[in-house]
Amino acid sequence: MTMWIETGRRPCPARWPAGTVYGALLNYRADLEALGPRMQAAPYNAPPRAPILYIKPRNTWIGDADPIPLPPGANALQVGATLGLVLGRPCVRATEETALDSVAALTVVNDACLPHDDVFRPAIKERCRDGFCPIGPPINRRVDAAALDGMVMLTYIGGAVRAEWKMADLVRSAARLLADVSEFMTLHAGDVLLIGSPRSAPLAAPGQRVAVEVTGVGRLENPVVAAGNAR
Amino acid sequence: MKHCRVAWSGAIHAGTEHPRGACLADGRIVDESAAVWLVPFEVGTVFAVGLNYADHAKELAFSRPAAPLVFLKGAGALAGHRAQSRRPGGVKLMHYECELAVVIGRTARNVARGEALACVAGYTVANDYTIRDYLENYYRPNLRVKNRDSCTLLGPWLVDAADVGDPGALELRTTVNGKVTQRGNTRDMIFDVPQLIEYLSAFMTLGPGDVILTGTPEGVVNVSPGDEIVTEIEGIGRLVNFVVDDA
Repeated sequence: MTMWIETGRRPCPARWPAGTVYGALLNYRADLEALGPRMQAAPYNAPPRAPILYIKPRNTWIGDADPIPLPPGANALQVGATLGLVLGRPCVRATEETALDSVAALTVVNDACLPHDDVFRPAIKERCRDGFCPIGPPINRRVDAAALDGMVMLTYIGGAVRAEWKMADLVRSAARLLADVSEFMTLHAGDVLLIGSPRSAPLAAPGQRVAVEVTGVGRLENPVVAAGNAR
Repeated sequence: MKHCRVAWSGAIHAGTEHPRGACLADGRIVDESAAVWLVPFEVGTVFAVGLNYADHAKELAFSRPAAPLVFLKGAGALAGHRAQSRRPGGVKLMHYECELAVVIGRTARNVARGEALACVAGYTVANDYTIRDYLENYYRPNLRVKNRDSCTLLGPWLVDAADVGDPGALELRTTVNGKVTQRGNTRDMIFDVPQLIEYLSAFMTLGPGDVILTGTPEGVVNVSPGDEIVTEIEGIGRLVNFVVDDA
């Protein structure tokens, strides 16, 4: 992966992210509402109870301005602004009241994927392709719920805002999500937890520029390019 | 050669196999029971393959998958030889899964199956626990089932690929408190090691330290606190794990 610098030319740590990048699926309330009665039918059979997580592995990590390769045969890339919570110390068996104490920094992330309707099986082929996780530098700051509630997540395609959402649109707030994840696993210092993004996120085509922004945290802009060497 | 990493006498050491335990790089011998056995290599991305033995898929009432069922794990789930794995209170079914783990040795992209084994650094034994009570049908198997702290064991050795030759003809077996509960052979994988590397590298770049847990055959049974679980693969190693109460 390329070494990179953020917009504004601030360097990021040499080994970043240092841990595992987890993301929360179906944490956007309108997504659950859109699934509606489908959640009662096979193969889902019931609405989700605990947080559903996925992983953005290291091959997906790129920085600001790096191209996002769209594989041959795919004509659209789904892009979505989200907030990454960067852990500064272990978060395990936390409560909603204490969970944010484990967060040392925030970062802006473009959680890209190939559009997929089915959410029964892990979407590795759709979510884990090279370059599918533009990620900003960690912005060190003390995090509290009030500050998070005021943030807006913006997604731009070709310079125009195509999606906009805020914490109140989530099923689980950042603190609630951390606490519920920490019931079944430890998030370690250096791990990043993406709080979710709408499944109905906008689509981009090769040649377009996409940007994501979290107000007060940062912005990433990346061109979508047709991949040459991928099958 | 069989390589290990152990914590002993206040430091972390690289070592190799010795009849008593580990032989450190400087020649000192550490007894198996005196060492803390770490995962034997620096781990990158952790892939796991579900339902990759026809008999196990049938055991779980699933049909043979058309493409590999792949999911990922975080580093926090990993632990080494002789670790303790915690059984959550109140659950009905926690089971082990004995799996051949394939460790990638170099950057790999668009690798044809005929070339795939050249990308392999070596092999180790995995025991990848499942808490079936927590299964939900979204991105299944969900991480609450498969990504619990210290519930994915790797070790004791990273065995050089050259010493293994064909990874497609290895006996696997699991014992619970000395009684054999699971038997299989890697020749019965639905997608074999070269096919899995071809499949993954066709859409993502693999790197050194990435590891693929290749699935488990039939014979998974419930385990309880106090049980000693040994997952063993012919020529690769014998991975011991202890199930404890989550208190």
